[in-house]
Amino acid sequence: MSPVRIKDLWREQRIFGRRALFASAVMALLLLALLGRLYLLQVKRHDYYSALSQENRVRTDPIPAARGLIMDRFGEVIASNQPTFQLELVPDEVPDLKGSLERLVKLRLLQSEDIPELIRTIRSRRSFDSVPIRLHLSSRQVARFAVRQFEFPGVDIKPRQARWYPHGPLAVAAVGYVGTINAQDLKHINPAAYAGTAVIGKTGIEAAYEKRLHGTNGFRQILVDAQGRPVRRPGVFAKDLEVKPPRAGDDLILSLDLKVQKVAESLLKGHDGAVVALNPWNGDVIAMASNPSFDPNLFARGIDEKQYRALVDDPRQPLFNRALRAELPSGSTIKPGLALGAMTDGVIDPHQHVLAAYAYHLPGSGHLYHNAMHEYCGQMTMRTAIIMSCDVYFYRLAHLMGIDRISAWLPDLGFGHRSGIDIPGELPGLVPSRAWKVTHFRNPAQREWFPGDTVILGIGQGYFLTTPLQLAHYTAILATRGLNFEPRLVAGIRNPRTGRIHWKRPVLQGNLTQVSAASWQVVVQAMIGVTTSLKWRGTAYWQLHDSSYPIAGKTGTAQLVSEEAKGASNEGSYHAKGTLVKLRDDAWFIAFAPAENPRIAVAVLDEHAGWGSTGAAPIARKVMDAYLLGADGKLLPDPGQAPYSAPAGLEPRVVPGVSATLTPLQAAAQAKAPPVEPAVLATETRKP
Amino acid sequence: MIYEEVSTESRARRTLSGAARVVLALKIDGPLVMGLGLTAAYGLVVLYSASAESMGVEVRTLIRLVLGTAVMLALARVSPNFLRRISPWLYFVGIGLLLAVEVVGHVHLGAKRWLSVGPVRFQPSELMKLAVPMMCAWYLHERPLPPKWPTLLTLGVIVLVPVGLVAKEPDLGTAALIAAAGALVVFFAGLRVRVIVGLLLLGVVAAWFGLRFMHGYQRERLLTFLNPQSDPLGAGYHIIQSQIAIGSGGVFGKGWMAGSQAQLDFLPERTTDFIFAVIGEEFGLLGLTLLLLLYAFVIGRALYLADECPDTFSRLLAGSTALTFFVYVFINAGMVTGLVPVVGVPLPLVSYGGSSVVTMLAGFGILMSLHAHRKLMGS
Repeated sequence: MSPVRIKDLWREQRIFGRRALFASAVMALLLLALLGRLYLLQVKRHDYYSALSQENRVRTDPIPAARGLIMDRFGEVIASNQPTFQLELVPDEVPDLKGSLERLVKLRLLQSEDIPELIRTIRSRRSFDSVPIRLHLSSRQVARFAVRQFEFPGVDIKPRQARWYPHGPLAVAAVGYVGTINAQDLKHINPAAYAGTAVIGKTGIEAAYEKRLHGTNGFRQILVDAQGRPVRRPGVFAKDLEVKPPRAGDDLILSLDLKVQKVAESLLKGHDGAVVALNPWNGDVIAMASNPSFDPNLFARGIDEKQYRALVDDPRQPLFNRALRAELPSGSTIKPGLALGAMTDGVIDPHQHVLAAYAYHLPGSGHLYHNAMHEYCGQMTMRTAIIMSCDVYFYRLAHLMGIDRISAWLPDLGFGHRSGIDIPGELPGLVPSRAWKVTHFRNPAQREWFPGDTVILGIGQGYFLTTPLQLAHYTAILATRGLNFEPRLVAGIRNPRTGRIHWKRPVLQGNLTQVSAASWQVVVQAMIGVTTSLKWRGTAYWQLHDSSYPIAGKTGTAQLVSEEAKGASNEGSYHAKGTLVKLRDDAWFIAFAPAENPRIAVAVLDEHAGWGSTGAAPIARKVMDAYLLGADGKLLPDPGQAPYSAPAGLEPRVVPGVSATLTPLQAAAQAKAPPVEPAVLATETRKP
Repeated sequence: MIYEEVSTESRARRTLSGAARVVLALKIDGPLVMGLGLTAAYGLVVLYSASAESMGVEVRTLIRLVLGTAVMLALARVSPNFLRRISPWLYFVGIGLLLAVEVVGHVHLGAKRWLSVGPVRFQPSELMKLAVPMMCAWYLHERPLPPKWPTLLTLGVIVLVPVGLVAKEPDLGTAALIAAAGALVVFFAGLRVRVIVGLLLLGVVAAWFGLRFMHGYQRERLLTFLNPQSDPLGAGYHIIQSQIAIGSGGVFGKGWMAGSQAQLDFLPERTTDFIFAVIGEEFGLLGLTLLLLLYAFVIGRALYLADECPDTFSRLLAGSTALTFFVYVFINAGMVTGLVPVVGVPLPLVSYGGSSVVTMLAGFGILMSLHAHRKLMGS
């Protein structure tokens, strides 16, 4: 207490009092501001923040819909679903995506080659969706991951349903396959609709009917904490958690007859080729096979890079769907069609005898067009020319018709444009014309249409290209004498909940009313002669003459390499069988049966087999046998098909487990799925 | 009338209840202790829910409260004269300890704040929360008020040296609180309004420069405050989640232990810096208003006590203690509700952990000592 200090204690007291008052006022104001803020948050914006809080803790888990089943006309399941475990990843919850995937490679759950594509796919999906990264885990793999799961935040094993093709490669050319959804697919789909779905149809029926098969995914709201873990007693924090059950995809009933399909595929074993069989009266595809083929389960289970490369690099091209996409010259199978055109246009009298010797001499040209084996035909009518497959007769016929009539006529028989079958990937083939040649060739010298181009069209060579499906379609038109039905694989669509089947009506695309009955008679009789006439050396006589039902057929040999080129590589005269396999001609055979009351039209392609009669005709016969004959070898009664009537034989046979009231999941579980651990099945079926 | 008045008073003296006698003997202020006790009890109830029913947390908090109360009671009995005399010593020892932290401090979570003496860990910055206002009050006690420029300059040095040292640890929250405690002493000494305005402007400029020297996370917190939605899963997460918690609580709250934001881990640091949001979520606007009323009562009572102090040192120190308490409350509540930037300031008497409870109660102990001993300092 120094004496020199001058302190006014009363003043200080007053100052303090004033300051304290001032401070109190400021504090009161600040507290009011705070209360105002609280009022704003808790009263004004309460609803907004309540919603945010709800969003915070409620996670929506997708429940993928069961994919629709695919079955043949008798209800035999071709594509079903099978409970399985798969590895899924939520990008938002994975701190180090690349590192996590690499560690999964070390756990032997992924392959390092697949990582780049996987990352692309993951990046293209919504970051909060669960993305499947490995389908179909074995129980050993599940165990291997489970013990290390703590190292992989955001990665989890989910019980899901995987596509399962119980018959393996059977009918893959028609049914196609599903594969993992990749970045490319995501451009075409709504990611919200596919949340939780691992696969999507890639080819065939699976792709064409993707929307129907996929169904509608459901969801289940679950309460989670900040780490995304489900909460044990959710009732305290959220009372109304929503569950929307998924709606299973529709089941598809195909027109395929698996019995016939099996026969077709077994006959093609060891050959490269294709078989297409149609019901001429409604366009139903009875069988569609392409060989070599592959197991679609590879894709459904998530094919890895190595397996995929092996398929792609296989020189025999198993992924190539020959039935739809092999564009080849038709060879002589075109002759009945051309004959019809020529008769309808009145350019030729079918009964007039024409001397067809060894070769045809195009007027005004020095070039000679020989018969394929340089044989002698003799006096030919149209009927005998078709039976013998006399090239010279048809060189002349084509010349008489001229390119303009031919290029106008062949599209009416289904050539040069897509048939309209209900699966993607079909190629249109080619019907050449003057206009086509102008646009197709650059060189002015080649842009002109030459008479020689027309002549070889007469035997289905030259620029003309067709596919096995188109040839079968054409055969069906011949069989019905002019009715052109759109080929189709899906006959009915079944609602899995009601079991009701919506049968699709056949689509009549055209009717060749301009062709006279007499012309049809000539051609059909000639085609019967191909299989029955020994006198006129029917080209398929030896293979088909002993059939218990009459068959109308036509052989064809598609020459792949010109004779000149072959001559160069294979000195001496040309024989179909004498050349290197890859240079050998492709054998065609088309047929319908029974000839007068046809129920089936078949086209067979046997690549590099040489002559059509020896390579392809026996296959066609056995396919028809499988369809037409009963177990006792007798012709089955005609189910009485007529155009526009509901296709007979399509009521699905009720196979055990595929009754109308079962869901596809249950059905699949009971159908021919391979044995599954009971625990897996239990978790699946317990789902609401 | 006269007779009655005298008799009333004498009867009052005679009929002092047992509790009142204890209060008198302990030199404590009944209403203030009551307010502090109620706040602490409220805090314990909330903490039980916020800590997911952890008895360990409850027990540790209780131990700290008991310890703090003991310190408070002890300090309440100490003579203000003694407190005033040791103020400079305390201050310089504190500075020394801060320097020691700088040299041999213990690093935890990237900050060098702790000194270890044997098994005891100790934050010198906590000591400075008390020592700095004491030093300021001591310095002003002997000088005519309102202070002149040279005095202010000296005070500036007294405050800024420890503030700078603490900020360097880095512990921005504590540094700000120490600065506030010192500044409030000066404020009560009668600093002119235009000087206050000038200093505030200077503060803005300093903040501008400060931003450049801040640690990454400090600057981030500040910038996040300005725009919390910019990085919802990063630094803004705290504020967004606490606002969701408070907002979704509504007027009546979701109920004790039923706040989904707090119980399901969405609210970070929910037992410590963000416990205000837990109260808002579970007890709603009503719960928060009750808490703020409790605080207002404590602060008001403390200010009243301060005003009753007869000498400059006591008054200034007591006033500063009361207002510092408010600064705590306001900064914490403002930060959690998104009014002020996120700085690590606990909600006094409610937040879990730290030595701040003890410091806080020690401060109130000093305040009560200053008040209770006022008659002894008569001359």
